[in-house]
Amino acid sequence: MMNAVPISWFLTLSAILFALGVAGFLFRRNIITVFMSIELMLNAVNLSFVTFSYQHKEVSGHLFTFFVMVVAAAEASVGLAIILTVFKGRSTLNIDDVNSMKN
Amino acid sequence: MDVILFLIFALIAVVCAINVVVQTHPISSALSLVGVMGSLAVLYLLLGAEFIAAAQVIVYAGAIMVLFVFVIMLLNAGAEARTGRSYLIPGAPLLIIFLGVMAFLVQRIFPDTTMVRFGGFTGGGPADIGHALFTTYLLPFEVTSILILVAIIGAIVLARKEIE
Repeated sequence: MMNAVPISWFLTLSAILFALGVAGFLFRRNIITVFMSIELMLNAVNLSFVTFSYQHKEVSGHLFTFFVMVVAAAEASVGLAIILTVFKGRSTLNIDDVNSMKN
Repeated sequence: MDVILFLIFALIAVVCAINVVVQTHPISSALSLVGVMGSLAVLYLLLGAEFIAAAQVIVYAGAIMVLFVFVIMLLNAGAEARTGRSYLIPGAPLLIIFLGVMAFLVQRIFPDTTMVRFGGFTGGGPADIGHALFTTYLLPFEVTSILILVAIIGAIVLARKEIE
């Protein structure tokens, strides 16, 4: 009994990490930290993919995790380029100051 | 043994994730995120996903986080200023409700029938991943390469200097 971990523990850990990522996304004002919170959410989803892959003894979950990693890499490169462009134009990283599409 | 390993690295992951959200300086958040990714790689190994664990360390902790740290250094980002209104009041109860519902559903849908043991699933090596990637998932793999190409072109277009 003590030698094996229930599968629900992994899923609960995934939910906790996802909730923390959402919290960072909502509460933080620094655009880079907001971006890192998105990466945290992607990691939480990856953990549940791998856990379900273990449950069904199936390799598909690993493939989806792999694709999520690729999408995260593409997203990071484009997103950080956008952050660089925004910083060049406005000299700020605060997302409250970047609101020209609001009005 | 597996339980102890899981508890240690789950604790590291949660503490580092809280640190990502709480720290005001972006570089501290980035280093905590590396901690989360490293401990998740150990949990992937526990679940028998060897290739994904290696890719997690190389791609996430190695490539993506270096990109983040590089941009933080380049922009000389300091601690964030407290401006605007905070979303803590409406957001925190919603998050706690979300966590409660998720924990309830997980405990209900997955009663502890499936136990995770190290070595309980051995189909996660590079050979198995490669075989699945080039047979069943060949089309998504090719679409992924187009996505990477689009990301490269987009990053170059966004980051280049304006030519008069």
